[in-house]
Amino acid sequence: MILVLVETDASGAVEVSREALTFARDLSSAGGGVPIDAVVVGPVPPGLREQLAAYAVRTVHHADGEGFAAFSGAAWAAAVQAAREAAGSVVVTAAGTPRGNEVLAHLAARLGVAMAANVLSFGGLSPFVVTRQVVGGAALEEMRLDERPAVFTVAGHAVEASPAPSPGPADLVECRPTLSEADLVARVVSTDEPEPDLSGSLKSARVVVGAGRGAGSADGFADLLELTDLLGASLGVSRVVTSLGWRPHHEQVGQTGSRISPDLYIPCGISGAIQHWAGCATAKNILAINTDPDAPMVTKATHAVIGDLHEVVPAINAEIRRRRGA
Amino acid sequence: MADVLVCIKRVVDSTGEVVLTEDGQAVDGRYAGFTTSTHEECAVELAVQVAGATGGQASVLTLGDADAVEQLRSALAVGCTAATHVEADPARFGPADVAREIAAVVRDHEAAGHPHDLVLLGNDAADSGDFQVGIRLAYELGWPVVNGVATVRVEDAPDGQSVVASGDGPEGHETYRVPLPAVVTVLEGGVEPRYPTVPGRMKAKKVAIEQRTPVAEPAGAKRVRLLLPPPAPSNVQVLGKGADAAPAVVDLLEQLGVLAR
Repeated sequence: MILVLVETDASGAVEVSREALTFARDLSSAGGGVPIDAVVVGPVPPGLREQLAAYAVRTVHHADGEGFAAFSGAAWAAAVQAAREAAGSVVVTAAGTPRGNEVLAHLAARLGVAMAANVLSFGGLSPFVVTRQVVGGAALEEMRLDERPAVFTVAGHAVEASPAPSPGPADLVECRPTLSEADLVARVVSTDEPEPDLSGSLKSARVVVGAGRGAGSADGFADLLELTDLLGASLGVSRVVTSLGWRPHHEQVGQTGSRISPDLYIPCGISGAIQHWAGCATAKNILAINTDPDAPMVTKATHAVIGDLHEVVPAINAEIRRRRGA
Repeated sequence: MADVLVCIKRVVDSTGEVVLTEDGQAVDGRYAGFTTSTHEECAVELAVQVAGATGGQASVLTLGDADAVEQLRSALAVGCTAATHVEADPARFGPADVAREIAAVVRDHEAAGHPHDLVLLGNDAADSGDFQVGIRLAYELGWPVVNGVATVRVEDAPDGQSVVASGDGPEGHETYRVPLPAVVTVLEGGVEPRYPTVPGRMKAKKVAIEQRTPVAEPAGAKRVRLLLPPPAPSNVQVLGKGADAAPAVVDLLEQLGVLAR
């Protein structure tokens, strides 16, 4: 049996959880078609059962009630643990989100087994070997998961979420873990509205203009900000720019900043270190402006201009203004 | 008054090209150099802030090879006042092993009359990316754990001290309030790590570092080997060089439909 912790929002199972369900199905197929169960904590959004049925889920273990009204990693892990006992799972997985990694780390600690974070693929089943992202995605690690249950999280976009050829019953069963006082000590006591996004909704922007070391100084952003304004875009910067204090941290794109998926990303003077790439890899189009034709950002881009951003960007701004007749 | 222990890891600086050792078991740091794992620079800053705000003390701990003393000295230079070095080859230690070693230090310090109220760690190490040492440590100690927060402060409560920790969750900015002792893992972004001053560096050199050896034989990290991801073929279309490329760029912007206004 494979158990998948499914995270939800108002619209149902979140995409990365559907990816984890898809990964679980690939693993199930390799293992001769073992059943896949899901565990859901908190309110069940409308349509979730149908959605999980489409992913061939056999049983949905549902934990809800007072103990789960506010998030606690330990309480969620208790729910996953109870579902795992009910289902007899030999594999427990979740999406490699902050919640997924946290809850499965609790589970692994409670069960005294290993956990592999951010798995991309599996190799052999016996021994069970997974390949996962390390060094922020700059390297991969093959890791053995010898204990049962095998506990791991699935890295975002490791697989594409796709429903199963034939649906499952997705029978809903109550999951009632016994929560100790210790499971509830570290729980969220308040949740505020997300901080106003000072960077013009960087994460949801359709166009993002990026700036890196090539900006040269804190005073080197005027042309970039003008381009941002002309395109109705958001400004995103690399880590070095925030480390040097040229721009505020909330504008940072990358592994430790915002992850963006715009239609067009225009990184200017950004070499494209893996940490930065991790935050922009899902952009549909990338137009890199860089003096170095061999910079990773240029070779990974869809389009590039080779040159100094301080020459190229003003020329683009002028051309946009000219075509608009202003 | 809060006594804070911050746990840090010496890692290869991976902002440039990542190179593996010949045996494929580790990232090669001979050319790239070493640094303190990303989130832990912020954890050190938070530890020093909490110690300062409560009139307490911040101590720093690492499990690493002999050279990891460099990272301990960096933390001492910005306000930690004591340091513990568990000298070991970190590649042989999996996350459960590291958690057990940290727990042993915490227990020994308590037995020696120096209990820690709060243990801070990075949310995940920049190299091994295991996302679990802090949580395993909490289970070792039987303490509560708050994971992945950006700000940490300690408040007096009627029944003792509490840690108030906040960070971004899926539904907004989340706050936890947990009685001490507790473990908290930190994500960068909530505070700016301070730069060491010259007197800070001088002072750091004089601190006697507590040297320890591991308390148990490690079970290991279950690593088979490391690999580099295959290089993606480049399909880049170069639109031109310098300012002359501007018309081609604006053509592209029009074609992508991002110029409408």
